Amino acid sequence: MANIMIQRDSKGGYQFYLPKRDLEDGIDSMEFDTPEKWGGEIKLSSGGTYYIEPQPAPARLPYSVRAKRIDAAE
Amino acid sequence: MTAMTREETQALIQEVLEVYPEKARKDREKHLAVNDQSVEQSKKCITSNRKSLPGVMTIRGCAYAGSKGVVWGPIKDMIHISHGPVGCGQYSRAGRRNYYVGTTGVNAFGTMNFTSDFQEKDIVFGGDKKLAKLITEIEGLFPLHKGISIQSECPIGLIGDDIEAVSKKAAKEINKPVVPVRCESFRGVSQSLGHHIANDAIRDWVLGNRDESKFESTPYDVTIIGDYNIGGDAWATRTILEEMGLRVIAQWSGDGTLAEMENTPKAKLNLLHCYRSMNYISRHMEEKYGIPYMEYNFFGPTKIENSLREIAAFFDDTIKANTEKVIAKYKPMMQAVIDKYKPRLEGKRVMLYVGGLRPRHVIGAYEDLGMEVVGTGYEFGHNDDYDRTIKEMGNATLLYDDVTGLEFEEFVKRVKPDLVGSGIKEKFIFQKMGIPFRQMHSWDYSGPYHSYDGFAIFARDMDMTLNNPCWSQLTPPWKKAA
Repeated sequence: MANIMIQRDSKGGYQFYLPKRDLEDGIDSMEFDTPEKWGGEIKLSSGGTYYIEPQPAPARLPYSVRAKRIDAAE
Repeated sequence: MTAMTREETQALIQEVLEVYPEKARKDREKHLAVNDQSVEQSKKCITSNRKSLPGVMTIRGCAYAGSKGVVWGPIKDMIHISHGPVGCGQYSRAGRRNYYVGTTGVNAFGTMNFTSDFQEKDIVFGGDKKLAKLITEIEGLFPLHKGISIQSECPIGLIGDDIEAVSKKAAKEINKPVVPVRCESFRGVSQSLGHHIANDAIRDWVLGNRDESKFESTPYDVTIIGDYNIGGDAWATRTILEEMGLRVIAQWSGDGTLAEMENTPKAKLNLLHCYRSMNYISRHMEEKYGIPYMEYNFFGPTKIENSLREIAAFFDDTIKANTEKVIAKYKPMMQAVIDKYKPRLEGKRVMLYVGGLRPRHVIGAYEDLGMEVVGTGYEFGHNDDYDRTIKEMGNATLLYDDVTGLEFEEFVKRVKPDLVGSGIKEKFIFQKMGIPFRQMHSWDYSGPYHSYDGFAIFARDMDMTLNNPCWSQLTPPWKKAA
């Protein structure tokens, strides 16, 4: 489990940030992206995958959340 | 010499790497790259933020340097204790020329060195008692200080002193913030982790202190984050922002105070100059307080103009109109500077190797003078720094991460730049080789270089160095006939 931060990037998509390792990356896809259900598996541009417990979408970004590392590129 | 092609640059890297043993070569190869603007993600071409190889000459610092020297040190009305043996504090004392206003020793303490001067008995029996006594002494001798930070040196982490407990107790006694910073030098691979630890300490011990108190805010409150006022940089930046009609409520941390830091959460926008050392706290404030942050670049008129307009876009039309006025006001002045120096500097080639934001931020300033940056690298950059650099640099130019003494020397010998910009440790070798050199950490004791005022000084300094007649007169000692 790792603390990650989800934020908006300049193009309006999601961005992933892992403070512990100063990793910044784009998010290519998020499994659930509706106001009621948000999270699930997120795929990073680097090829890594993280899992956020599906939950109601946060009121405001950036948002810190616990995530499970499923597969990281590095 | 004309610009090198991609193949030539790649061949140069391979040639320089040849002297290493195979294992070292493999490792170093990942840190050297030929710039390719089509690459979106830097990690595909360059590795960064890894441990330096034992045995090579690296130019990096330590976590203590990142915390005490960069982030905390410039906060002028706090006393920063170098907790541990005397050397770390003494040899780094007042080295960064973080200018400030105040009377040193009375209400400002920037250039002073406070240390607990660890001896053998403190290592054996622990130094907590000494630290507590030191804080009481400080309170007696310097009653106008606004707070204390404790910057740990290596032994503190090794012997397991509980500086947090001492801090909490002392803070109650003297009724001022006492901040323990766990920036022991063995943490991390470079000063970069020290910045992160320092930012986290600010987040945990300082930032929320005035959340409950009243603050008379205006819609135009901004902060300058990550400007260390080297040679007066932050002051030059501040005047421009104030001319735009903004109110600068905090400077981090050059010429900054504890009160300014505590009031930062009341700002409407955080302006972030040194992304590498202060993005952590900016991200935190964005999440907790909803204050957006924006990276800006105040090197060279082109970049300043872009940045000013981007900043103005966050505010209403009066600010936007003011900004255009400011840009129009300075345009003829900047044109005069360019007209004067561009003919003398046009077409010259520069190699840079510095830290923080400068390897990419100063490129625009050189380009405004008609110069070209042919190689750049970060001492302690991360992937996100290189992501931002790739677009700024020309194709087929050199990128080097945590470059070693040997590599840098060989690159300079082969690329033959007209100017090298790096730090004091690199200065004399290149000067002896007859290559003009500017220190880009301390602006070679000149400055400011930020903002409009700074650009005029920057252009003058570059001309002064490059067109100095002394360089052709130099023969390196190792080439002299015996």
